[in-house]
Amino acid sequence: MSRYFVSTAAFVAVLAATLHAQDAQPAPAINQADTAWMLVSTALVLLMTPALAFFYGGLVRSKSALNTMMMSFIALGAVGIAWALIGYSLAFTTGGPFVGDLSRIFLKTVGLEPQGTIPHVLFMSYQGTFAIITAALISGAIVERMKFSAYMLFITLWSIVVYAPIAHWVWGGGWLAKLGALDFAGGTVVHVNAGVAALVAAMVIGPRKDHARQAFLPHNVPFVLLGAGLLWFGWFGFNAGSALAAGPSAALAFTTTFLAPMGTLVVWALLDLMRNGKVTAVGGATAIVVGLVAITPAAGFISPMSAIVLGALSAFPSYYALLWRARTRLDDSLDVVAAHGLGGTVGALLTGVFAEKAWNGATDGVLFGNPAQLGIQAAAVLASIVYSGIGSFLLLKLVGVFIPLRAEKQEEGVGMDVTQHGEEAYAEGEGAILVLPDRDVKVGSAAMAAEGGRA
Amino acid sequence: MKLVVAIVRPDRVSAILEELYKAEVQGLTLSRVQGHGGEREHVETYRGLSVKMELSEKVRLEIGVSNHFVEPAVQAVLRGARTGEVGDGKIFVLPVEKVVRIRTGEVDEAAVTPVQMAK
Repeated sequence: MSRYFVSTAAFVAVLAATLHAQDAQPAPAINQADTAWMLVSTALVLLMTPALAFFYGGLVRSKSALNTMMMSFIALGAVGIAWALIGYSLAFTTGGPFVGDLSRIFLKTVGLEPQGTIPHVLFMSYQGTFAIITAALISGAIVERMKFSAYMLFITLWSIVVYAPIAHWVWGGGWLAKLGALDFAGGTVVHVNAGVAALVAAMVIGPRKDHARQAFLPHNVPFVLLGAGLLWFGWFGFNAGSALAAGPSAALAFTTTFLAPMGTLVVWALLDLMRNGKVTAVGGATAIVVGLVAITPAAGFISPMSAIVLGALSAFPSYYALLWRARTRLDDSLDVVAAHGLGGTVGALLTGVFAEKAWNGATDGVLFGNPAQLGIQAAAVLASIVYSGIGSFLLLKLVGVFIPLRAEKQEEGVGMDVTQHGEEAYAEGEGAILVLPDRDVKVGSAAMAAEGGRA
Repeated sequence: MKLVVAIVRPDRVSAILEELYKAEVQGLTLSRVQGHGGEREHVETYRGLSVKMELSEKVRLEIGVSNHFVEPAVQAVLRGARTGEVGDGKIFVLPVEKVVRIRTGEVDEAAVTPVQMAK
């Protein structure tokens, strides 16, 4: 009897589940292939931040190498936590056209249920890696002089006040999404946004004390190449992962991310060759980043051949902007504006030119009979510039009220590694004496040296 | 002839080179050295291990000059190197017995006179 009851109950449950599934068609369901790809993509994008640390770290002087790398690494902590606590909710909830709401604050209701075809927690993590690297990108404009504590506070607030709303505009169902702006993986949200914030930060904080009097040479060009290579690797997660599924769109984004930087690298090398007769390594690394930035908004929207052209074209504005910037008083030290701001703008606009319905199934660009798209793209870029510019400026001024934004001139001279972190990237170890608190008081350093206290 | 040896802060080097250039003192040798001249040691920390750095990074400049260039060279280094804090360094002026310019075999005054000035 009881057995009959159980099986009947099971039957009813199955029937109810079936009916429910039919009611809710098409019910969102978790797709395992999509989930697997997004797990990998999330890890790939996270790797981009350490990659950026190497790219930036190699470009500065040895006395500030650790400080520069830490500016990227600290974003992994500070911005990542801010994202989980509040940023995600502001970006990816219904809210209004300009910002989401607080309904998912502290990851409330972010569980294992499907978001698209992947678990919601995974979607949140994936988007978090974008917030982290976008904030870290800004550091390139203020290296070797910004006080580390002020920087930490700034990028944390920036990820909440500037990044999250713009992410909402484009990806969270905000006004730019409704307008039909195309931004596959973050040309405006990530690169134009970070580029403008970098410009503002470089102007508010001012140039390094020896700027325009002394040449600042990269202290480790192999690091720069290593960083560029790892960025490219991680960027496959950034762009192909932005399809949010392991399907044809991801394959297209992957291929364009594969081809576009190749075009940029070749054109850049030729420009170098024509200008100096020599192809430079730092130039090559920069070209790869510029190409990756430019293809980001277009990745899943344009054909592979268009990607090569887009990559090639994107080399020109950034190449000449770099040359021009070096002659100005603007100490955007690692050229975030030229590489990310300008590269992102060019990419976003060219997305409106090369977009092809035959490849993306949704929207055509100027070349395929839809000139209006270019205007929408320009509006998206302009809106990001204005909001990021004003927001970043106000935040820097706010942080400056509580903490001086700059390190002392003398600290800058000694180097930011020792003065900000109490560590050196390349410590000699000569003459270093262990400080052992209990013994130090009693015997003093002379006795310690006699005991072999020297390291 | 004298050999001017200056031990200075690494971050003052470009200012010193600029001053030497203005004073038309040319030809010098530069090396990175470590030293200790009574300034406060700074403490670094690695995985919770505190380390007192007794030796600081310094740069040693060696400038061989003819007698009438000694004072301009010393003054130029002073202008470039001084910050007023302990640890600015020292300048030593040493007598030189003999100087030979390897390329030509010229000796003494002729060897420490820059080529374009001799013409």
